Amino acid sequence: MPGLGTSYGRGGATTAQQDLQYSDAILIMGSSMAENHPVGFQWVMEAREKGAKVIHVDPRYSRTSAMADYWLPLRPGSDIIFLGALIKYVIDHEKYFREYVVHYTNASTLLRDDFRDTEDLGGIFSGWNQEEKQYDPKTWLYEGSPSKASGGVFAGHSKHGGGHGKDRGGEAGDLGEHKNDPSLENPRCVFQVLKKHFARYTPELVESSCGIPKEKFLEVAEVYSSASGPEKTGAICYAVGWTQHSKGPQIIRAAAILQLLLGNTGRPGGGVMALRGHATIQGSTDVPTLYDILPGYLPMPFFEDDSNTLDTYLKKHTSAAGWWNNFDKYAVSLLKAWYGDAATAENEFGFHFLPRVTGDHSEYGYWLDMADGKLEGLFVMGQNPAVGAANGRLERSALANLKWLVVRDFVETETAAFWKDSPEVQRGELDPKKIATEIFFIPAAGHAEKEGSFTNTQRLLQFHEKAIDPPEDCRSETWFMYHLGRRLKAKAAKEQTSRNAALNALTWDYETHGRHAEPKVEEIIGEINGYRVNDRTLVSGYKELKSDGSTACGCWIYSGVMPAPAENKARKREPKGRYGHGWGYAWPSDRRILYNRASARPDGKPWSERKALVWWDADEKKWTGHDQADFTEDKAPDYRPEKGARGDDAIAGDKPFIMHPDGVGWIWVSSGLKDGPLPTHYEPLESIVANPLYPEHGTNPAADKKERPDNAYAFPSGDERFPYLLSTYRLTEHHTGGGMSRYLPHLAELQPELFAEISPQLADEIGVRTGEFLTVTTMRGILEARALITERNQPLVIDGKIRHTICLPYQFGYKGLVTGDVPNDLLSLSEEPNVRIMETKALVCNAHPGRVPKSAQALKIWRRDLRRTA
Amino acid sequence: MSTTAFLTDSTLCIGCKACEVACKEWNQLGEDGLEWSGNSYDNTMAVGHSTWRHVKFVENPPEIGRGGNAAEQLPAWGFSSDVCKHCEVAGCLEACPTGAIVRMEFGAVFIQPDICNGCSYCVVSCPFGVVEKNEDDGRAFKCTFCSDRQRAGLQPACAKACPTESIKFGQLEDLRREADERLKVLDARGVTDAVIYDPKQSSVKGIHSLFLLRGDPRTYNLPPNPEVPTTYLKKAWQSAAVAAGAMLGVTLLAFLGGKR
Repeated sequence: MPGLGTSYGRGGATTAQQDLQYSDAILIMGSSMAENHPVGFQWVMEAREKGAKVIHVDPRYSRTSAMADYWLPLRPGSDIIFLGALIKYVIDHEKYFREYVVHYTNASTLLRDDFRDTEDLGGIFSGWNQEEKQYDPKTWLYEGSPSKASGGVFAGHSKHGGGHGKDRGGEAGDLGEHKNDPSLENPRCVFQVLKKHFARYTPELVESSCGIPKEKFLEVAEVYSSASGPEKTGAICYAVGWTQHSKGPQIIRAAAILQLLLGNTGRPGGGVMALRGHATIQGSTDVPTLYDILPGYLPMPFFEDDSNTLDTYLKKHTSAAGWWNNFDKYAVSLLKAWYGDAATAENEFGFHFLPRVTGDHSEYGYWLDMADGKLEGLFVMGQNPAVGAANGRLERSALANLKWLVVRDFVETETAAFWKDSPEVQRGELDPKKIATEIFFIPAAGHAEKEGSFTNTQRLLQFHEKAIDPPEDCRSETWFMYHLGRRLKAKAAKEQTSRNAALNALTWDYETHGRHAEPKVEEIIGEINGYRVNDRTLVSGYKELKSDGSTACGCWIYSGVMPAPAENKARKREPKGRYGHGWGYAWPSDRRILYNRASARPDGKPWSERKALVWWDADEKKWTGHDQADFTEDKAPDYRPEKGARGDDAIAGDKPFIMHPDGVGWIWVSSGLKDGPLPTHYEPLESIVANPLYPEHGTNPAADKKERPDNAYAFPSGDERFPYLLSTYRLTEHHTGGGMSRYLPHLAELQPELFAEISPQLADEIGVRTGEFLTVTTMRGILEARALITERNQPLVIDGKIRHTICLPYQFGYKGLVTGDVPNDLLSLSEEPNVRIMETKALVCNAHPGRVPKSAQALKIWRRDLRRTA
Repeated sequence: MSTTAFLTDSTLCIGCKACEVACKEWNQLGEDGLEWSGNSYDNTMAVGHSTWRHVKFVENPPEIGRGGNAAEQLPAWGFSSDVCKHCEVAGCLEACPTGAIVRMEFGAVFIQPDICNGCSYCVVSCPFGVVEKNEDDGRAFKCTFCSDRQRAGLQPACAKACPTESIKFGQLEDLRREADERLKVLDARGVTDAVIYDPKQSSVKGIHSLFLLRGDPRTYNLPPNPEVPTTYLKKAWQSAAVAAGAMLGVTLLAFLGGKR
């Protein structure tokens, strides 16, 4: 989550859902929280009932809008215009929380005089390399900060890496050194640059480009920006409606900037609530299933000069000031956890056992490799890419190029059955007789049939017990991974080759129990928590970790979750106090609200009684309050670092953003985001309109379209073949791709068929009535859906023209009790530059009445649409 | 034993259908068809023999700038979870010829499945259309008020599952008070169209499933004046007798006139 990671220092929600009840205003955008997080939504309801104003900005009037005080429909993909206009409103009307902004953000920091803004260069920032299609972030650094280039590419700006590796940002320079203008008047200070950057994001532009009437925008801007200052706070909730764009992290950055200006971070009822897509998505980036980070947001080493040795790797990522000064302790402890005795100071703690990132190994990167026949085998676990990922036709066809495919799931998913039931088979594009892929379907245990933990949307680790043994051959993931690893290790032990060195070095000695030889999960949690190598006693937290190889820790941010063998804090169910401490364990160090030092004034006293959270107790000489302080416990507010201080000692007692070398929240991100230090409006990769601000650089220049014949695009703007906007979303009644809901009668009956939500006006234009089928096409695919005609989906006036959006729930497929065509077949497989995510929320399409035959005829209809006027 | 009740506050309902699903899970009810209705997000359509909680979705044209919590007019999308009313004077119970339908100690109206013979008198006697016969099974079914759970000291499954406390469960008189207070709160907020549905004046003499909703209760299948057929029919028979007498008189008069 580089949007939050670079702005604040950690890639996680800054707040907890329970804290929303203390908000005075809640802006929900890029999310239909009531539908997709109905349980957490109770806290929004709680706040609403106490008088908070709830604002929902979404193209579709959803269940969330029905609970809100204000609903504003906006054109999909125009989010940064809306947020930029809010930022402009806050600045122009002096709604920002000045004292907070001056002390707790980098608004006063001066920038280099060779920086050029998108406003100067027609849509790109200085440092753009058109050939390489990437930025050199040098000109984005603070005035006076030495650049940290160490031979290779700036950290976070490697060509192939995603953004997860640099959730922290700012690594290109030594940002501890900088100059400030607390008056915020110097034209080169961040505040003034920000003001100039968003000067053209006006309410008029919101009206013409987002489709929201100016006066409605101004009303909402006033309501939200009033939730600021010592007595009030406002929160922003978002979900994949923001992330799944060709500029997702920058949308989130815009929200973070707004929250910093309003003083709404680290305070009760404030913050940015990142609502994760499903059960343990936060967990799957903390202990990652991603290609470019190691556990605890340590970057995966790249294949480049400055990552060739442990020393250079540590040097590259260790910052002089701020918490990341401890980088070496976490990296070495991780290597010790993985390679045990085989990790010694002599062999750089096994650093060379780690693979290197050599290219785009993101999901879409390797899927294209698969399509090109460069990949032999694939494990699919907890995922159903045949319906859940973009460009389904390409994805399913690529599966046929594999030699082998392993699918672990509790039902035969569309991915497992692609070779016999997919649309490609029906349409004659794939012939089951000719598919050579050997498919292994391995039954998996359900969550009640295994123990383990989820890390939820607010960084809270919650352990769950096993309620019942899994049936027959179903087994837990832990069982599968452990025994697979055990067998691979046994095989590798027979061949002591250099290729097998890492596998042979790997520690893999978990105790097993029960008749299925299940590994003991708490032993794994103990390893994640960290221990002293000499006596295997558990450490009490990450502050005990060392860089000399005397400690091992599987994920430093989780350290402290199990400080003693019988004390698994994720398992605790004794909630106390305002934030329920004692129920589960929130990383880091059970802090429920991150950066909560900011809830007190620089002098350590709460901004107000009403908004007190954490404060300095002068008698006890420590921080105290309703939450664990996200700050060094005994560091006094008047502490000032000595010259040359390093790490946390270099952070003054009034600097709440302890991960950052300058201790403040970053309105300006001086490196680490591949598409710029500030958010800028770019149109979606396919748009119905041209970019109103930057006609020359209409779409995100750093985004990778992966354009090829099987992943084709409409013309960037105004392609007449595709006159309608297309947006996908989820329903409460189904779970992601539907593998966990379409097979269950009690859920299947609630939403039994794929439908398209369209306005009555569009229904008239297309010529369909409710319940009739309409055919929807894009450059990637074709599908049929029932028409659900509703005034909740309203046409918008964009640039003076009436524009329609077709909304499709993406949760259907060809297996299960209820089936339907696959909306993700319509998407392109595109990559946002920082996280390499696809654009699912803003595309263009065509629609006409009628069904799609389940035969080769479907392709004829589709191709006819593509040829129409092109 | 005390008298318990539901208060379903639709101003807090987010339409998630957790009540429907929790009810079916606990009571082991089957799905009642996998057909798509095209009627907003409602695909179970009504309370029936295998759907004992049902969330109704009511759409009105939305207005830009106005969410469903805005006071001045009805929400563009209203949700309310319907359920058996467990009437004080229950039509189904009055009509049941076998004694299968009984009143439980906490006020619930309960169909004993082992006694029900499937005559369906209860089906036509329910003023709310709640009871339905399962044609495959031959017997009539409806909400049991989670009598098994209540006896074990638990709240009904629907109330337990509701994430926003839109379905409240408690003592009937407490909930009546709570509903009155909630109405005052809403009124003070400018929501003047909220009403409590509790037909004490009609022949059902009050219900154990109170509702608080905005607008006309009829929108959510709640009749303004539900009548117990056995009570109501007394009047009907009387009217019929008068009508029959009058017709006889008219006929006689016609014959008399014919002689002229």
